[in-house]
Amino acid sequence: MSEGIDEGLRSKLQQQGVWVSSMQELYNWGRKNSIWPLQFGLACCAIEMIATAASRYDIARFGGEVFRPSPRQADLMIVAGTVTKKMAPQIVRLYNQMADPKYVIAMGACAISGGPFKQGYNVLKGIDRYIPVDVYIPGCPPRPEALLHAFMELQRKIDEQKLSGANKAMHLDREQPSEFPVPAFGKHDLEPPANSNVFHPPAIERA
Amino acid sequence: MEGQEQIKARIEAAVPGAIVEIVQNASPSQQHSLKIDNEHAHDVAKWLHDDPALRLDFCSNVTGVDWLDRTVKKTVKVKKVVDGEEKEVSETTEEKIPGYLEAVYHLYSMTHKHGPLIIRMRTTDRAENACLPSLTPIWRSAEFQEREIFDLYGIRFDGHPDLRRILMWDEFEDHPMRKDYVQPDDFEWEPTPHDDVLARAKQHYAPRPELDGAEKITTTDSHG
Repeated sequence: MSEGIDEGLRSKLQQQGVWVSSMQELYNWGRKNSIWPLQFGLACCAIEMIATAASRYDIARFGGEVFRPSPRQADLMIVAGTVTKKMAPQIVRLYNQMADPKYVIAMGACAISGGPFKQGYNVLKGIDRYIPVDVYIPGCPPRPEALLHAFMELQRKIDEQKLSGANKAMHLDREQPSEFPVPAFGKHDLEPPANSNVFHPPAIERA
Repeated sequence: MEGQEQIKARIEAAVPGAIVEIVQNASPSQQHSLKIDNEHAHDVAKWLHDDPALRLDFCSNVTGVDWLDRTVKKTVKVKKVVDGEEKEVSETTEEKIPGYLEAVYHLYSMTHKHGPLIIRMRTTDRAENACLPSLTPIWRSAEFQEREIFDLYGIRFDGHPDLRRILMWDEFEDHPMRKDYVQPDDFEWEPTPHDDVLARAKQHYAPRPELDGAEKITTTDSHG
């Protein structure tokens, strides 16, 4: 909600046909209802993503139907599927090429942690090792409803973003990076295996 | 299709100098295979492909096998003269078999609708001599699969038209399907570890000497 406006006054004005808003509210309203995802899929989760975009589940109801085949025109990266170590640098590169503001949904068990291939030598254990993730969806693969729920969560997150002040949105903060280093193909693994500025695994509590 | 014994005899008659050995498969499938020697492999494969009775014109699958160094213990009862008396003594002999890599080809005939005939080739060792002749000139379908074996097992195929890694990146140096491959250690965040994963995750645990005591923390270095 817009700050600095008395809710009662606002409601009274609305009854008189005067609609009062703030720049922030208008800006976030426009952004959250036109999230254009980047058109790419990595594995079986992409099939669910396609189903979400098609008429039965219809992501167009939330303003996200315009899947763009170019990172320059996309706002949202849906990492739908297993990220192999060979593919990971390309994912980071695509993320870097997207224009701010940009968001990431990690869709499915593989994208959030490596999933059933977690112990494999060739699968990245979660895309959050290299790029910041806004919404995680568990599931193998998640149903279209789950992706829609994640999409709505992202909209809620965008709606709460501040345009100014100390905790303003990441893309408006010049101190915050909008690009992240692309990992290199090493002799035995990706180098580095995780970006320590992005990847903060919680401490494991041992009983 | 004729039996392995017959095919073996016909190969040895058709390709002079070829050494063919029948490798028995003791599993329920009973799919015995023909081991062919590397020197004559190309000629033997060409003959299998062209022979009018066999016409094995379709190579459906090529795969690799890694055999580590192993020792086979054999206990044999031998009659020996001990102190003037003849006694039966059991003697144990150890035979060291050096490791090798294998490529296995599954061949079918589209013309005669028969198969599979399984042929295999062995390298002399697992390191610098891990070379085999490529059969891609005879069966084009072997091209990608030989590349895969090169990538994952490290067998170099002489005569292959385009021998590059196919699954892993070019800078990668290991061969992940080898039995002594050690995968990279990214086990720092394992919420529900068990078995092997637990052992590897423990190496990343912060030591808690006041709770565990020093002896309970295993720091076995599995990277060698």
